[in-house]
Amino acid sequence: MPTKPAGTLYRGREGMWSWVGHRITGVVIFFFLLVHVLDTSLVRVSPEAYTAVIGAYKNPLMALGETGLVAAIVFHAFNGLRIIAVDFWKKGAKYQRQMLWTVLALWVVVMVGFSIRHLSLALGGH
Amino acid sequence: MSAELAEPASKIELPAHIGGGGEIPTFDVHLRVRRYNPEVSEDATWDDFHVTMYGTDRVLDALHKVKWEIDGSVSFRRSCAHGVCGSDAMRINGRNRLACKTLLKDLDTSKPITVEPIKGLPVEKDLIVDMEPFFQSFREVMPFLINKGHEPTKERLQSAEDRERFDDTTKCILCAACTSSCPVFWTDGQYFGPAAIVNAHRFIFDSRDDAGDMRLEILNDKEGVWRCRTTFNCSEACPRGIQVTQAIAEVKQAILSRKI
Repeated sequence: MPTKPAGTLYRGREGMWSWVGHRITGVVIFFFLLVHVLDTSLVRVSPEAYTAVIGAYKNPLMALGETGLVAAIVFHAFNGLRIIAVDFWKKGAKYQRQMLWTVLALWVVVMVGFSIRHLSLALGGH
Repeated sequence: MSAELAEPASKIELPAHIGGGGEIPTFDVHLRVRRYNPEVSEDATWDDFHVTMYGTDRVLDALHKVKWEIDGSVSFRRSCAHGVCGSDAMRINGRNRLACKTLLKDLDTSKPITVEPIKGLPVEKDLIVDMEPFFQSFREVMPFLINKGHEPTKERLQSAEDRERFDDTTKCILCAACTSSCPVFWTDGQYFGPAAIVNAHRFIFDSRDDAGDMRLEILNDKEGVWRCRTTFNCSEACPRGIQVTQAIAEVKQAILSRKI
């Protein structure tokens, strides 16, 4: 076995890169949930501690982070439905590419709407 | 007396612009081959070769030219050289292809063409990999007809519709292009891999076969069909155009519904 990894990256197509995206967004969501469980459980420590920690999230950097998190969740959710369709719908494998474009189109629509609403509220300063 | 054997004049007058056999366009190809020889070094390296090839040539012809005229130590497998035997699956420009079915003119010859061994199987030398783990999985799905009834005196009859059910998966030539394109197989060598599932599919959905349940049980394993992450690399890599991911999905559904 060569000690160095093989020379080039495998040049997969839509299917492979959507899988890579699904994996990455999955890990991102996992780490968010980890932190989310921790900060929410602070309520049981004291409501004041909870309010203080949640209040610390109210800054522009976290607003951008939240946009990224929603972007990851929306992709993971829509692509998850696509994967279910590939496995359970008879024609799923045949139309996987078209379904991926649909996923990405829906993702763009949702993200444009969400970003306008969220960032204007978070960064607008009212 | 001198015997002058002049070529007889052609009976058909061909205008010059049509051209003859000698006028197939040639072009220079920069081949970048992944080399590995455990007797020399544990590290794999890249070797560059420049060859002049014809527009009708395939990657395999370029490799032949390199081996026969430049460096005889370049090692690769090939047998029929016409896309039937499945010996020369390799990674060409980052994708699994048969070298004998990939025309050079279809590749971007302005850049080096990279040729590497297929991934996920132990490399033995240069482009040759150890296929044993691949064939081990293939054997485990029992890729042969199992019929519990009496031996018929004539052939086993089957309707055209029943034959059509598994037609796609009969085309497999066991080149391993699909299995070695699978990201799951790269990291988990225990996974049966697309090729074994394709060959199981070929018998599971054969109306003459009685061991479909047994094969479904084998593939209902932790390392069976459920490892498939539907990346579609296998369907894209198959030189026979088998819809591999579709076949795997059909096996998944058959396991869940226990209906063949």
